[in-house]
Amino acid sequence: MASLIACPHCGPRPREEFSVRGDAAPLRPAPDAAPEAWLAYLHARENPRGPHREHWRHEGGCGRWLVVARDTATHEVFSVTDVQAAARSAAREGRE
Amino acid sequence: MTAFRLPSGGRIDRARPLRFTFDGRGFEGFEGDTLASALLAAGVGVQGRSFKYHRPRGPLTAGSAEPNALVTVGTGGRREPNVRATTLMLSEGLVAESQNRFPSLRLDLGAAAGLFAPLLGAGFYYKTFMWPAPFWEKVYEPLIRRAAGLGRAGTAPDPDAYAKRWAHCDLLVIGAGPAGLAAALTAAAAGAQVILADEGETPGGGLLDLRPGDGPDPAGMLAAAGPNLTVLPRATVFGWYDDNVFGVLETVGKRRAAPDPHQPAERLWRIAAREALLCAGADERPLMMPGNDLPGVALAGAMRRHLNRHAVAPGARVAVATNGPSGHALARDLEAAGVEVAEVVTLDPAAPPGLAALGRGRVRGMRVDGRRIEADALAMSGGWSPLIQLACQRGARPFWSAERGAFLAPETPGLTPAGAARGLSGVDACLGDGAAAAVAALSRLGLRAEPAFPPAPEDCAPPAPLLPFRASGKAGRAKTFVDFQNDVTLADLARAEAEGYGDPELAKRYTTAGMATDQGRCSGVNAALALAHLRGLAPGEAALTTMRPPFAPVSLGALAGPHRGAHFQPVRRTPLHAWAEARGAVFVETGQWLRPAWFPAQGETHWRESATREARAVRASAGLCDVSTLGKIEVTGADAAAFLDRVYCNGIASIRVGRARYALMLREDGMVLDDGTVARLAPDRFFVTTTTAMAGPALAHMEFCAQVLWPGLDVRMTSVTDQWAQMAVAGPRAREILGRIVDADVSDAAFPYMAVAETTLFGGRVPARLYRLSYSGERAYELGVPAAWGPATADALMEAAGPGGLTPYGAEALAMLRIEKGHVTHAEINGTVTAADLGLGRMARREKPDFIGRAGLARPGLAAADRLTLCGLVPLDAGAEIRAGAHVLNPGEAPSLAADQGHVTSATVSPALGHAAALALVKGGAGRIGEEVVAWDGLAGTSTPARIVSPVFLDPEGARLRAPAAEAGPPLPPPAALAPTPALAGAGTGRFGAPGAAGLRLTVEPEGAVVQVFAAPGREGEAPLAASALPCPVRFAGPGRWLVFGGLAETPAGAARVDMSGAWVRIGLEGPAAAALLAAGTGARLDAEAFPEGASILTRWNRHALSLARLGETRWEIAVSRSRALDLWEALRAAGAEFGGEAVGP
Repeated sequence: MASLIACPHCGPRPREEFSVRGDAAPLRPAPDAAPEAWLAYLHARENPRGPHREHWRHEGGCGRWLVVARDTATHEVFSVTDVQAAARSAAREGRE
Repeated sequence: MTAFRLPSGGRIDRARPLRFTFDGRGFEGFEGDTLASALLAAGVGVQGRSFKYHRPRGPLTAGSAEPNALVTVGTGGRREPNVRATTLMLSEGLVAESQNRFPSLRLDLGAAAGLFAPLLGAGFYYKTFMWPAPFWEKVYEPLIRRAAGLGRAGTAPDPDAYAKRWAHCDLLVIGAGPAGLAAALTAAAAGAQVILADEGETPGGGLLDLRPGDGPDPAGMLAAAGPNLTVLPRATVFGWYDDNVFGVLETVGKRRAAPDPHQPAERLWRIAAREALLCAGADERPLMMPGNDLPGVALAGAMRRHLNRHAVAPGARVAVATNGPSGHALARDLEAAGVEVAEVVTLDPAAPPGLAALGRGRVRGMRVDGRRIEADALAMSGGWSPLIQLACQRGARPFWSAERGAFLAPETPGLTPAGAARGLSGVDACLGDGAAAAVAALSRLGLRAEPAFPPAPEDCAPPAPLLPFRASGKAGRAKTFVDFQNDVTLADLARAEAEGYGDPELAKRYTTAGMATDQGRCSGVNAALALAHLRGLAPGEAALTTMRPPFAPVSLGALAGPHRGAHFQPVRRTPLHAWAEARGAVFVETGQWLRPAWFPAQGETHWRESATREARAVRASAGLCDVSTLGKIEVTGADAAAFLDRVYCNGIASIRVGRARYALMLREDGMVLDDGTVARLAPDRFFVTTTTAMAGPALAHMEFCAQVLWPGLDVRMTSVTDQWAQMAVAGPRAREILGRIVDADVSDAAFPYMAVAETTLFGGRVPARLYRLSYSGERAYELGVPAAWGPATADALMEAAGPGGLTPYGAEALAMLRIEKGHVTHAEINGTVTAADLGLGRMARREKPDFIGRAGLARPGLAAADRLTLCGLVPLDAGAEIRAGAHVLNPGEAPSLAADQGHVTSATVSPALGHAAALALVKGGAGRIGEEVVAWDGLAGTSTPARIVSPVFLDPEGARLRAPAAEAGPPLPPPAALAPTPALAGAGTGRFGAPGAAGLRLTVEPEGAVVQVFAAPGREGEAPLAASALPCPVRFAGPGRWLVFGGLAETPAGAARVDMSGAWVRIGLEGPAAAALLAAGTGARLDAEAFPEGASILTRWNRHALSLARLGETRWEIAVSRSRALDLWEALRAAGAEFGGEAVGP
């Protein structure tokens, strides 16, 4: 994994300042979604070789939850974005 | 002077003789010698014994690739094995020992191992010593292990400090030979920030091996460089990692006779370079000929270095066998120095002669096609192997260049080989190539540079690679070594090939070629060439084995850095730490926290004695427990109630202002994540607590919920753990005592169980929050005061209670009290239990539309009848004990996985009950009350018959919580000494570290009001609190968040605020070494471009979380949470010792 991660708020920092949670792809199902949807959300994960999006938290810095898009084979980091900021701007665009 | 030391010349200082011992014998060398050169000068040609066959060996090289001359240096905690004598700079009083010999280097009984060589060949441990089978483990292996091997490590603790450092640069140049020097000078002249790292004592590399006048002078070249070139001598780049971050090991005080006590032994650098050039040069290849390991046989370049740099002649009459210019250059320099050259044999790869080194114990000559050449030293050169290891550490595979006769590194972005590292030869060609590589690297960064040296042709065509030589007759029967350090011969490789292990990776594992401490530096290419030859392939068709970091050995001390002993990890202290310490508390580590475990009274010798007394005092009168370590989070915002209702499984939205509720947080899979209390301070403001252990993870989880799952909710949260000194006052007298200092009405009518109030103490003198919660089952309160007020408040409570009325109690008594009440901790909440398993199933409000874990709870398995559920256990024999970890079995069953009924999670001897009481998770346990079982403790070897009971051992109705008790006592007059205690009251002050001008000055900023301000929702991107807008310091606390020191009269419109006074402590750091001290712990960029004056960041410094602000060119401010402040202060002083400094206390 990358040695440095460029936090959108703090700039490039050593990976040790960050903690990883896992795959960012699964979306939390609706509360009353079918059990299958919930089981997939809880337990089923891809383990891709290549591009992958993950949730990371900059716990040693701003504390924000980020999506790190990276390549699991080459370790290249494509982008690092703030999850909440992205969701809110998407919601704003949706309204407009 | 000895016969081997030249009377003049070299880069040694004959005016500075240095005495040293080798194997107890005294010798003398000169400043500028290595141990190897000084021993060679003294006529000591045998400097080590080989790994397996104990063959006498002398230095093969004169540098870091050395496989033979490994010694142990130092004594006591500084004893270090396997040091290369060829790189160990001589120092006065150096104590060195040879290795792997018994009883002495000259007479080594282990050399008899050579007689058993046929038994010790390739893969011997798979084939020989097999019978009788038990002998392997008991007899053969211990014998072989003792006979084989390298030096032995010391066992005493290492007394030295080790440092770390981050650096960021435009260009990292690896190696300061001609190519590296030219590259560094070219780039530095163009204005780039350049770091030049070189393993040598002084920069120059191969230039230092030339006779004066044969090449440019490195010191003169560097003298002209500007301040943007940083030269790191004695620094080996050992690893190339993602994002062009390099690991570099700098030797500072290590292996010096009298190391400066304030300097670290080694410094581990991590250098983030935008571009890097690999100018590491090349290793000369030994000739694969019989007898090539005889002392006196060495590489031509090594002899040249010893001759020209150290003024040591290899012998009186030197023979040379070479396939390129290296041997001829040596012969020329030998003759110039007046040393006789017997003959230079130029080897033709197309028509290889029969070739062998002759001699026993020392080389006596060489046989070439049956002709004997007498000599007492033999130089060999089989061509050069570029040092491409770093460039191939991230997956790139080396390729064979027939043109260069060498393996080269493919093009890799970020790291470009130049000079000899890409196969060039000749000083001028390398100077020109280094300069051109720097121009190209800088152009990729958008910088223009002029080459400091012009392109130049090579001094000769690259020599073709040589294959193994054969010699006829007796000379041909001598061993041909390929890997000198691991004693792997050509015959071993041939056997590996014959037995089907001819693939280079397989041969490496079968023969151990390339697995020694040099990781195949001397042997890798020769092994690949030999294997290709043995398999009938062309040179290069057998690949090199995979290259991985580290390129050179790295000590564990350097990797650990400052994280050892007292600074192994950051330590957090509660506001009442010194208060408890003064009362004799024994502390226990809980994560990073130190918590009082018990307070021994006079005459008490066992922790249980103390804890039992403390627990009884709580139930009889009252006790005071420091619960400041519990995680505390303040949650605000219009949607705070709705948010917490989704985060906790029980009802939160229905909590009234001024009330608290016990609450369970689940994971999405339905398991319990953590428990705590939620107090509602205002309609849109909550104060929630977590357990000590889960404070960090619980906040991260809540932030995840807010930012990722429900990004649209208006909710902001922050940890206020450090802000409050939190004291539990528990026992029948709790209200009476508290009431004497708290201004609020504490009558049960005004302040019932689960009430919460923001109040004050002593008529408004101290702000406070009061919570009526109970963990012990007694009437109990938690009192929170701003951290600085903790000690004064605790003193006042003790005074209010009168002598013996209030007993401080620690974590052990707390555990006794909570087990008696069946309250759970993370011993029970172990990640596999649901609320129902804990008997708290009714807390999960399935009727709520959504909460974390709601869907997961519906999984059928979570309702299975045989789930482990919480119950109590008491021994049938009232005198027996049950220990945590014991397994529960049905009576008469033998212990087995199948028979396992569960296990004991917590156990104590209950002071209230007078016998053992334990909590256990047992299959269907809650429904088996009254059953007899056995608590089987496999570790203690005991089986204790026990009965399953309710987990609530004491007062199941909760009557004690609300039992009538004395009303508040008369108000206590404010004590004369009622004052806050500064966080750094006990900090060490005065001069520290290196003497002389202080590089650092540490100061403590006065404590005062601190407010955390959150931007209005949707306006996080704006900066309503830009530093200039307010007269007080404003620091970045995350996007849309600021820490305001000095208070804030008005909250900006739409913004939210949380008072955090006392939660943060500011430390001033000033001085010329301030940035270096910061770079010792943080990887954030600190240069003025990335970090201008007035800016502030959040980062970690050696695992300490902190905020960092730049106040001036060399002035910084560190803000750290209060519990970490004292430890950080001490860590800063420890890491700052190398610079020297002054610490000024509060």
